[in-house]
Amino acid sequence: MTLRVLLFARYAELAGGPAIEVEVEEGVTLEQVWAAVRLRAPALRSDAEPLMAVDRTYARPEHVVRHGAEIAFFPPVSGG
Amino acid sequence: MTQRRGSGEVRRVQTTPIDPADLVAVVSAPDRGAVATFAGVVRDHNLGRRVLRLEYHAYEPMADREIAAIAAEAGARFPGTCVAIVHRLGVLEVGEISVLVAAAAPHRREALAACAWAIDEVKSRAPIWKKEHGEGGASWLEGPGDCAGPV
Repeated sequence: MTLRVLLFARYAELAGGPAIEVEVEEGVTLEQVWAAVRLRAPALRSDAEPLMAVDRTYARPEHVVRHGAEIAFFPPVSGG
Repeated sequence: MTQRRGSGEVRRVQTTPIDPADLVAVVSAPDRGAVATFAGVVRDHNLGRRVLRLEYHAYEPMADREIAAIAAEAGARFPGTCVAIVHRLGVLEVGEISVLVAAAAPHRREALAACAWAIDEVKSRAPIWKKEHGEGGASWLEGPGDCAGPV
């Protein structure tokens, strides 16, 4: 299935845009999606442990992705 | 979202300047005798470098949701308090307010404690990032990466 993944801050800059599409198998985990993203955007390859969110809530790397979910990866936050 | 006096309801991320008086009004009520506020302000230096301005980016819908959750959790954790939080996005000059927390309670201890707790949570959980513009160029600042993530 094709997933459109949201990227933020430095990740968006390195990937050349705020979103990236990846082709993955059904039943993949967030960790596997991130691996696919890094194949598409090699500038992200040194970022092994991003923060991950599904449907605007923090999620763990082992979370299984379902079709239609809003998936986002981003670096450690620095607001304030 | 409409902002009603004493309601605790507030816009949580905005690109326009933050007016502390607005947020104080949102949390104020006749039975709350203490209002504590914290303002984060753009500083002119960081790690020995001169800072010209900061640029804030966010995953806006999630930042809105996290900030709302933090305000609600503060109310539960510190009974009797009402907390409102707003974070600014976009390009900010030195001296501008980047984030404001207002916590009202019947007495000062709860107000001060809720305010301190809430700003720490915002800094560790809200998906917001700053890019520092200095004399040598621009660079992203990133937190320690100790975000608790899902709880």
